Order: sequence, then C-alpha cells, then structure tokens
Amino acid sequence: MTWPSLERFRDPALGQRLLGEIRRLAEHLTRPVTLMEFCGSHTHAIMQSGIRQLLPPQVRLLSGPGCPVCVTAQADIDRAIALASRPEVLLASFGDMLRVPGTTHSLQQAAAEGASVQVVYSPLDAVALAGQHPDREVVFLGVGFETTAPGVAAAVQWAQARGVRNFSVVSLHKFTPPAMRAILEAGEVRLDGIIGPGHVSAVIGSEAWAFLPREYGLPVAVAGFEPVDILLAVRGLVRMVVEGRAEVVNAYPRAVRPEGNPAAQAVMQQVFAVADAEWRGFGVLPRSGMALREAFRPWDAWARFGVPEVPSREPPGCRCGEVLRGVLTPPECPLFGRVCTPEAPQGPCMVSAEGACAAWYGYGRGEEAHSAH
Amino acid sequence: MCLAVIAKILQIEGVTAEASFGGVRRRISLQLLPEAQVGDYVLVHTGFAIAVVDPAEAEATLALLAEVRGEDAP
Repeated sequence: MTWPSLERFRDPALGQRLLGEIRRLAEHLTRPVTLMEFCGSHTHAIMQSGIRQLLPPQVRLLSGPGCPVCVTAQADIDRAIALASRPEVLLASFGDMLRVPGTTHSLQQAAAEGASVQVVYSPLDAVALAGQHPDREVVFLGVGFETTAPGVAAAVQWAQARGVRNFSVVSLHKFTPPAMRAILEAGEVRLDGIIGPGHVSAVIGSEAWAFLPREYGLPVAVAGFEPVDILLAVRGLVRMVVEGRAEVVNAYPRAVRPEGNPAAQAVMQQVFAVADAEWRGFGVLPRSGMALREAFRPWDAWARFGVPEVPSREPPGCRCGEVLRGVLTPPECPLFGRVCTPEAPQGPCMVSAEGACAAWYGYGRGEEAHSAH
Repeated sequence: MCLAVIAKILQIEGVTAEASFGGVRRRISLQLLPEAQVGDYVLVHTGFAIAVVDPAEAEATLALLAEVRGEDAP
C-alpha cells in the first residue's frame, strides 16, 4: 500500500525531460551558477540518482550544512559520551550518532567499554525505555532540525503528563535558517540559489525562507526527495536566475504548505526556547539552538546532571566544517577516501547517512571525485 | 535524519494511529498532525506524522510536468 503517485516522481523519462528543459534554460545563463542543497538527504538523493553529473556544466550543486549529526559540535559529542559513561545513565540515541568520533572515543566505543547506549527509532521509544528501566536514568540524545525537534518536544510533554521522572533530554536541536544566514554573511561561497529542505519546510513552512530573496536576493526552491522533485527545484532556480527573479518556489507542494505545520510548531515552542548554539564549522550561532524551557527543567539532562567538562578537540585533519559551509567538496579533503572511509570515519561527515562525505564516497567515487581539483 | 516515510492511516485511536508502511503496520503518533484522517497518506518521521501528503497537489505537479518538452532532438 505505497503511495500511488510515488513511482511517477521517480520516472526516468520524466527526469530526462526535465533535464532537457534545464539544459535549454542554462543556454541563457550568462555565467555558471552554483546552487546549494541545504539538506544532507538531498545530497544523498542527488548522488544516488546521478543528478550532479547529468546537469549541464553551467549548473553546479554544492552540499550545505543540513546534516544534524555533522553540525553537532565536537564538545557536545564529548559531553554526550561523558554522560553515557555515568553508571546510572542509559543513553538513548538515533543510530547515526553512535559512530561519530569524539575526541577520545565514540559512543559505540563507550558502549563496548560498558556504557549503556541504546539505539531508538523514536523519542517515544526512549520514554518507554524509562518505564521499562525504573532503576536507570534514561537520557535521550536529541539531535536534529525542525523536522525532528517537535517529536522530541512531544516526548518530553508525554513524560511530563505521565510523571516519568527518570527520563530526560540533551537538546542539541537546531534551527536551520541561522546556518543558511551564516553561510551568506560569511561570503566564502558565491551562491545563486538554494534548494530548500523539504521536511524541515513541512514543519516551518516554505515562507520561512522568504528572508533569502528579500534580504539576499537569492531564489529558493523547496524540494522533495525523489529525483523528479529535485530536478523540478533545479529547473525553478535556473529559470529564476535566467529571468533575474528571486522568490520562494514551493516545488514540494504535496507535503509543504506556505505556513508549515502549526501543530508541530506549537509543540516545539511549548517545550523549547530559542538559545545560542555551537555548530561544527560555524562556531556559536546566535539564536540557532533549542534549549528546554524552565517549565521542563526536570526533563533537561544538563540541568539534572550538570554539563560535563571534557577537553575537546576536532579530529586532526578532518575538514568536515568546511564541507558543511560549502567551502570544500569532500574529495578536496586530503583524508577523504584514504584514511577516512565509512569503515574508519575520521569525522561526522563520513559517518552520517546525511553526511556529504558519506554520500560522495558511496556514490560519487567515479571520475568526478578524482577530477575535482 | 530528516528522512520521512509515507504511510497510510488505517485506524485512529486518540492521538495515535495504526498506519501501513507499504503493508507493514506500525503505530504512529498524530500529536503533531491532529487533522489527519483515516485514509490519508502522511509523512512519518521518528514515529510522528508531520504532514499530510496531498494527492491533489501531487497530481497538479505531475500535470504541469506533462507539458514539459524534452530535448529538441531525441
């Protein structure tokens, strides 16, 4: 019982027709254009479907910071590992976080040395774990953007409503627009358009990106994750560049509304307050993070256990931060594919299913990876 | 991590629903999408429905694409 129209958004013939139109539009470009796909899931879909190589040479795609695991600061990873190593703590986490190298070891290695770490699919599973283990402190490691944060907020409310006291959350949740803004303010890369994150936008709304055309003159196309969805967004962006327009185009209207999902936004706001947050590759970005509100202090792991002080240092030689800012493509990192592989990842961009390095390694190790200077 | 999977809502009980993921049944939360109805296709992320997938919008997109010309030369 899959969704009836899904196959049509994967139709290679439709994709070819869109590519043809993008090629024709690109003939009108007066210079090459660079479009940034914000979201790491887009990077993976783009690499997997070969869209990067199929686009005309004047249209270049660049990976952005949209990988929540990757942008998690090294210090936060080390703090999470320190927390997991407390004897009373059972740390519940999404699977992507386990193999991220901390300064001395990863969560997975901590687990091998006796820490209790459990992979969960949903934050609700973590609340359930707390019920099953009343003698343990279950701490959920909350990593993710606006797509993920409302569910974690709902889990906290659920724990509050049921009086679950041995459950708490480390909130490393982040808002996506501040990172986009930071890239544009830094001016390290010249961008001509943004492929907006589809599932973040399902929550915050396509209109949340209106500041990009308004303040930076940049066109945005919010995209779904099938090949036809991505090509539709690229076509929209190239067309706007050719016509000299900058607007927010919703190329994923079956799932994204201009105003987003108000119920999800409300739950997120009830539980989380806007706070400054540290991002890998960016440093501290003002008002870019989500901290548990005072009313939810009993479920705030940092309030309950204190913030562990752990000396942190980024993995030597790892250029993940520059990859996240779009300054570097993965093959330009000297470690890429040599000492850094998915089997022996040196940094989070090679670990996460949304990491650009993992995507390039998995799908893009052909000619293009080697020819990138 | 922002991946979401499409599921069809089969039955609603309070703020949870029984949903079919390509035939596999799982319980999901509707707390973030209270307007969801039985028969709706929804995007599910970490156990929560976050958006209704609108078939009319999908058809409209596909109809617009039907007008796209391919390459001039075959």
